[in-house]
Amino acid sequence: MVRFLGGLVGLFFAGMLLLSFIWGAVSVVPVLSEHGKLVAPTAESEFHEHPRQVAWSFNGPFGKYDEAQLQRGFQVYSEVCAACHSLHQVAFRSLADLGYNEAEIKAIAKAHQVPAIDPNTGEATTHEGTPADKFPLVYPNDVAARAANNNAIPPDLSLMAKARHDGANYIHSLLTGFREQPAELLRKFPDAKTGEGLHYNPYFANLNIAMAPPLTAEGQVTYGEGQPKPTVDQMAQDVSAFLMWAAEPKLEARKSTGVGVLIFLIFGTVLAYMAYQNIWAGKEH
Amino acid sequence: MSFPWAEHYTPKNPVMKWVDERLPLPRLVYNAVGAGYPVPRNLNYFWNFGVLAGVALTIQLVTGIILAMHYAANAGIAFDSVEHIMRDVNSGWLLRYAHANGASFFFIVVYLHMFRGLYFGSYKAPREMVWLLGVVIFLLMMATAFMGYVLPWGQMSFWGAQVITGLFAAIPVVGEPIQTWLLGGFAPGNASLNRFFSLHYLLPFVIAGVIILHIWALHIPGSSNPTGVEVKGPQDTVPFHPYYTAKDGFGVGIFLILFALVLFFAPNSMGHPDNYIAANPMSTPALIVPEWYFWPFYAILRACTMDFSIPFTGIVIIPAKLLGVMAMFASILLLFFLSWIDTSPVRSGKYRPLFRKFFWLLVADVLVLGYCGGAHAEEPYLMISQLATAYYFAHFLIILPIIASIERPDPLPGSITEAVLAKSKNKSDAVDAVPAAAAAE
Repeated sequence: MVRFLGGLVGLFFAGMLLLSFIWGAVSVVPVLSEHGKLVAPTAESEFHEHPRQVAWSFNGPFGKYDEAQLQRGFQVYSEVCAACHSLHQVAFRSLADLGYNEAEIKAIAKAHQVPAIDPNTGEATTHEGTPADKFPLVYPNDVAARAANNNAIPPDLSLMAKARHDGANYIHSLLTGFREQPAELLRKFPDAKTGEGLHYNPYFANLNIAMAPPLTAEGQVTYGEGQPKPTVDQMAQDVSAFLMWAAEPKLEARKSTGVGVLIFLIFGTVLAYMAYQNIWAGKEH
Repeated sequence: MSFPWAEHYTPKNPVMKWVDERLPLPRLVYNAVGAGYPVPRNLNYFWNFGVLAGVALTIQLVTGIILAMHYAANAGIAFDSVEHIMRDVNSGWLLRYAHANGASFFFIVVYLHMFRGLYFGSYKAPREMVWLLGVVIFLLMMATAFMGYVLPWGQMSFWGAQVITGLFAAIPVVGEPIQTWLLGGFAPGNASLNRFFSLHYLLPFVIAGVIILHIWALHIPGSSNPTGVEVKGPQDTVPFHPYYTAKDGFGVGIFLILFALVLFFAPNSMGHPDNYIAANPMSTPALIVPEWYFWPFYAILRACTMDFSIPFTGIVIIPAKLLGVMAMFASILLLFFLSWIDTSPVRSGKYRPLFRKFFWLLVADVLVLGYCGGAHAEEPYLMISQLATAYYFAHFLIILPIIASIERPDPLPGSITEAVLAKSKNKSDAVDAVPAAAAAE
């Protein structure tokens, strides 16, 4: 009885799925004959590009952040990105990871106004930041952010390097990927013209990003003595590395702990294997 | 319980003797996972995965309990509290990555454990109850993992909760009230997050309880083995301890090495980047997908694109969405009936030439479903998952009973010991044959 009923259920589902398959196959035929593909191409499917790979210092099992690069990246963030993008998960004190000393961190924090309550009146006010504070929001709320940015919200950057596939490479490619919309795209997809107030960028998911190119000229940020030339590509790399740190500040601790844990585990597993062989010696199995 | 030749517990330590006389807990442990449990001597490495699943559950419990000390189940601050764990809690990143990847590894070992059972016929008499309880554990794991994924309150958490509870909305008439009831509102919100947290903390302990029943039921007939031939006498078994504790110790080592590789060097490789974006009810992600371990079932759900209706009348009996939900639940629930669907008296796939071919086809089928489940719901993935889903149901509900009645199994060994000795004889013959061949040249 179980087998009989089961067989009926099986026939039902298998039959329905085969019918769906046939129906799907039939409806795919016109698409296939028109485009030579199973899915009608779109501007995104044809022109979207995957991030270019950068040889980051933090790649690989022993990778570490490059402190000088993080400091340069922080400088780019502060002078360019911070005008619109917040970093609200990051505390000033954690900038010690970048090699800043206590006095420098205090100075950086002090330059920011963070929300507070007036101790006398209880009214909302601000005070100068301290190392214990986090980076304050740039806009008080999303409505203000939209109003100031042509109806687009500049996202918080604390986790950006983990919130996109291949994050650090993505940010670097995006920052250096602004260009004219290709004529070929417009010929193939006349409706896909980049809209008013948007900017063509093949690394952005829908190809048109509200953000204007933020890094436009060599020397836009002045790097200190002995640092590489601040080309657009260099600045983009530096700020991408900085944002990777902002998103994953424990990367170095994680990797170095991992190496120790693996050595311990491999040693323990070899011992466990020897114990296993020893105990089973002479026992056919 | 167990075999008459099982070793008896005789406490040597006076403290243990004192305890055992008053509460025979040491005896229980000794008989369950100690020298008092005789186990077939011929188990291969696929029999490690039960213990590994237990290790994975323990990792989840320990890391989860500590994470709960720092996590805040409130829709306003849940996302930030996870970042607080990642940045400010001592070794918080380790706890959270271990917990998130631990869930994936739990599913990896449980899937291997289940496919072991499918290949070696572990679901057959007299172990039906072991299998049934295993399916219950699997269902509980799925519920627990889903609710756990909602807790960080990222984009995928929010929209996953929306989609999965939305499955219940497909039920006719009462569906939408059920979804509202499950969520505690019309959309995922603070009420949903709180109840999911509560249940996410509860269910693992329910799982632990069902595992005890699972092991209890296993100890009545004793463990199965790769030949599928039942234990015939003391020569067929070895005591669990030290033989299998030692072998499992090695297995646990390998498991932890692989776990550490992912945990320390690619901790986000099995997650979705969108979950690092805080939940936003106003913005739907381009692609809503569950965690990888649900992909085969998600593919089955999405493969149903056609209403079940009376042709040429336009009368829909089962809308496509409901059909998808039914297919997805049926794909798991059919496992409950497996012991009575596959009636072949031979347990092990080793001696079932025809079954073996279809078994590997099923493995490939589930992998294909998994791949399609993680992809966009568009062609060719829809067509592929439709074929693969049709095969999935046909395999269990049509092909298995047919194989059972037409297959001519290979001859079975007389006993476990006979199989073991034949194997080691083959091995030594092969060793002998090498110098012989060298001499012949």
